[in-house]
Amino acid sequence: MLLISCPWCGPRDETEFHCGGEAHIARPLDPPALPDAAWAGYVFMRDNPKGWMRERWMHAQGCRRWFNLVRHTVTHEIAGAYLVGAPLPPLPDECP
Amino acid sequence: MSGYRLPAGGRVDRDRPLAFTFDGRRFTGFQGDTLASALIASGERLVARSFKYHRPRGVYSAGAEEPNALVQLGAGARSEPNLRATQIELHDGLVAAAVNAWPGLRFDLGAANQLVAPLLAAGFYYKTFLGPRGWWRRFYEPAIRRMAGMGRAPTLPDPDLYDHMHIHADVLVVGGGPAGLAAARAAASGGARVVLAEDGPLLGAGLVDDDATVDGVPGIAWADEVAADLAGRDTVTVLRRTTVAGLYDHGYAVAVERRTDHLPPGAAPGHARQRLWHIRARRTVLAAGAHERPLVFPGNDRPGVMLAGAVRTYLRRYGVACGRRAVVFTGDDAAYATAAALADAGVAVAAVVDPRRDAPDAAALAARGIAVLPGHAVIAADGKGGVESVLVAALDGSGDGQARRIGCDLLAVSGGWSPVVHLYSQLRGRLAYDDRLACFRPAGSVAGVTVAGAADGRFDLAACLAAGHEAGLAAAVATGFPAVAAAPRTSAQPPALPPAMLWDRPPAGRGKAFVDLQNDVTTDDVALAAREGFTAIEHLKRYTTTGMGTDQGKTANVNAIGVLSGVLGRSPGETGTTTFRPPYTPVAYGALAGRFVGELFDPERVTPIHPRHVEAEAVFENVGQWKRPRFFPHPGEDLEGAVLRECRAVREGVGAMDASTLGKIEVRGPDAAAFLDRIYINPMAGLAVGACRYGVMCREDGMVFDDGVVLRLAPDRFLVTTTTGGAARVLDWFEEWLQTEWPGLRVFCTSVTEQWATVAVAGPLARAVVGALAPEMELGAADFPFMTFRDGIVAGMAARVARISFSGELAFELNVESTAGLALWDAVLAAGRRHGIVPYGTEAMHVLRAEKGYFIVGHETDGTVTPIDLGLERMVAKRKDFLGKRSLGRSDTVRTDRKQLVALLPEDPEELLPEGAQLVDDPKAPAPVPMVGHVTSSYRSAALGRSFALALVRDGRQRIGGRVFAPAGAHVVAARIADPVLFDPGGSRRDG
Ligand SMILES: [Zn+2]
Repeated sequence: MLLISCPWCGPRDETEFHCGGEAHIARPLDPPALPDAAWAGYVFMRDNPKGWMRERWMHAQGCRRWFNLVRHTVTHEIAGAYLVGAPLPPLPDECP
Repeated sequence: MSGYRLPAGGRVDRDRPLAFTFDGRRFTGFQGDTLASALIASGERLVARSFKYHRPRGVYSAGAEEPNALVQLGAGARSEPNLRATQIELHDGLVAAAVNAWPGLRFDLGAANQLVAPLLAAGFYYKTFLGPRGWWRRFYEPAIRRMAGMGRAPTLPDPDLYDHMHIHADVLVVGGGPAGLAAARAAASGGARVVLAEDGPLLGAGLVDDDATVDGVPGIAWADEVAADLAGRDTVTVLRRTTVAGLYDHGYAVAVERRTDHLPPGAAPGHARQRLWHIRARRTVLAAGAHERPLVFPGNDRPGVMLAGAVRTYLRRYGVACGRRAVVFTGDDAAYATAAALADAGVAVAAVVDPRRDAPDAAALAARGIAVLPGHAVIAADGKGGVESVLVAALDGSGDGQARRIGCDLLAVSGGWSPVVHLYSQLRGRLAYDDRLACFRPAGSVAGVTVAGAADGRFDLAACLAAGHEAGLAAAVATGFPAVAAAPRTSAQPPALPPAMLWDRPPAGRGKAFVDLQNDVTTDDVALAAREGFTAIEHLKRYTTTGMGTDQGKTANVNAIGVLSGVLGRSPGETGTTTFRPPYTPVAYGALAGRFVGELFDPERVTPIHPRHVEAEAVFENVGQWKRPRFFPHPGEDLEGAVLRECRAVREGVGAMDASTLGKIEVRGPDAAAFLDRIYINPMAGLAVGACRYGVMCREDGMVFDDGVVLRLAPDRFLVTTTTGGAARVLDWFEEWLQTEWPGLRVFCTSVTEQWATVAVAGPLARAVVGALAPEMELGAADFPFMTFRDGIVAGMAARVARISFSGELAFELNVESTAGLALWDAVLAAGRRHGIVPYGTEAMHVLRAEKGYFIVGHETDGTVTPIDLGLERMVAKRKDFLGKRSLGRSDTVRTDRKQLVALLPEDPEELLPEGAQLVDDPKAPAPVPMVGHVTSSYRSAALGRSFALALVRDGRQRIGGRVFAPAGAHVVAARIADPVLFDPGGSRRDG
């Protein structure tokens, strides 16, 4: 069970959280203008990397706030959390 | 009679005899015994029958790795299957039985399985019992299960208490042997919070098996000193009788503490039987030790063949000799101490057989009159009930080339040691094969975890103490504490020679040579599997079932890998290991459940009116966590009768329903209207204050997600109602969009479900009932039109009254603050009495809405149904965007032949279509018959005077008037497709 640091509440057990999948999937501003494939890409397609990933999490049994987390999908190492709307932090294996 | 109690010695209390029963016979042991040690001391060799061949088996080990001596412990509700006799602490009155003997241990019909053994070879269930069709399920499987089954699960509720505990630690030390003690001592010395978990009842108990001193005193005395030091520290939690069952990410461990199992039943009233510990540690030291390995040769499973280390443990810790005349067969130095200990205890040692050419210590043993046979191997263990003799031969064929027979009733074997790498492997720690030590050792690293001592392949006492100490100090320093303790010093000597295995040399003797004792897997099975292509270790495991018993192959796995590698002529390192998964040893469900059983299993939500429903003897159903009255049966009435009566009352008179469970969310803020416009498929921003509107919401994939009525309370304030089960989901949905996608919208959402109590009054006489309660309120259709609401006084209480109808009848929804709910219900029933008001439940509500063609989320929808499929095209807003709108234009969602909501009228009006039934066009078509839809709801209708159903049918709206067929058990039901609105299609009744 992961130990996740909520930016508002501090470290808490994973069971208090709800994972919202890949972060930074922006809703298209003009959906009717999109062809089917582009819209389907937004609705259905998600990255599934083996390695570092930016994810959305919600502290469901705590402050109920959404935030973003950088987590390694193989080792479950957590590099850090950041707020919705904050600048994208580099992944640990990326050059800043 | 074979084993016996020594006249002195051991850590048992000979002044406290304990009576117990095994397999219906009475025995005595001593305080401090395990069930296994007491049985051996009583001369019992046969304690179990094997899983597949029902061969006689004896105690094999002295710990968690025990493959043979599984017992059913206790009786009645406290009966527990498949426990290891080697770990069961004896108490007075203990009752146990062998698990795998039917009808009895000594007279075992299943032993005849040995005669059909050729049919039961590896993968037998894939090959032998194939035809005819259906026979496997009806005959073969029940018969095999009966013969090959393990213990039986109790059928009565568990009478014991179980607790969950949560603890944070700087350092968790797993294992209270020498390495674990040294680690805990070192870590605790600087003040770190330490949790030490030890499987057994005593810390460092294994040191009694050893003659070496530690810090100048006997090892066991040193262990006692460390235990006393740890017990005196507030920062240290020592958990005895505690097994760490699983190790997970970020320093999380789950451990089971057995608190009362060593006591007679009822001896500790009010105490939790077991505690499940949730441990979160910053650093973990794994000092779980090692398991001795069997050697593989024909007859290696006979009672009297035991692990050499266990033989020494029984001598030293329990004062029990496991036989009267012993042969030691070892490829490892450690068993020489067993030979010496046996001789010390007065047991005749006929020979020490060592496949290595350079046997250590031969001179020392020879001086005591013990023959050491280097370069030899036991090639068979023979005897009827148990070992009576062994055949020993020189490995290089020297001597006269003849095997010699040595009489003995005890064969102590050692094939080296396997580090307990289970927890490390659970955490995805890599294992690497060590050729010199012939074992898999931890390799690489796992964040926050250090493996120390025998668990790391350091099998001698000096190395264990040193490694444990270093690991403990390092963990303390890493968590910010000083290194204080000095390293323990010992007189112990490291082993002289590496162990030898015989995996590449198939045993020369005849008979079964077992790799996995618990699952009865032999070398022949492994060879057969290899011949048939199952050469990957994961395939071998599944095909032969080796390592898949309740012991998870603790004594079997490395031998299976070794034998397979020998057959294939490759190194065990090339073969590799299977993955270890939690739990390390089986965990009782009671411990996992803890206190979350019975009424604490799941919160039960009830409405303020609930006590009245209980008094009315309503039949309840669970809707999410809510208890809702399903129907209110009159005496002698069944579901069908009650529901027909309740429905008739609403259609012809008046009914009342507790609708308090509907989800209610207040959405407030300057942008509330704009927000709801984005959420619902229909327009909400234009809703007038004082008006209500039914709305549907979709996910971004265009599939219906929830529905309900929206009330506009003020320009910036809405009350959203949701389905009973969907309230939390909808609130989460709102919050997610507001926080992540539209943080600029000024909107707040508050759940008010439990702040309101709601009573729906429905039926042609509803206005009369509400009028009597609210004389001030204008209730006429012109003054109070459908889909509007008013605040006012009802039965003397502040109330919000809405004209909303889910039945198609004239209806008023009365809402009061929840504390007033009970009074409102009473007032409604009192005012309605002269109109014959009838309380109705969810079942009648379902029938009434289905007659009107109203769908229910989760009944008619399943996450693959769009609003268009439900016939709601006209609701879909054209001029605004909303969540899911673009998906309604995808090529798949605009198909005209999607499954659409229709009604079905069975051609026989008495026939009820089964809910969930698949629909076909031609019931006589050859299989596979194309499915054209399925039944979503099915009822008998009082108003229609017949049965009917709602269904999703491919291209259903175009097929109204056509026929479909549903298989219903043995026969086929024909039904006519109809428009979903079967009752009052013009909607004239809702205004009364
Ligand atoms: Zn939080």
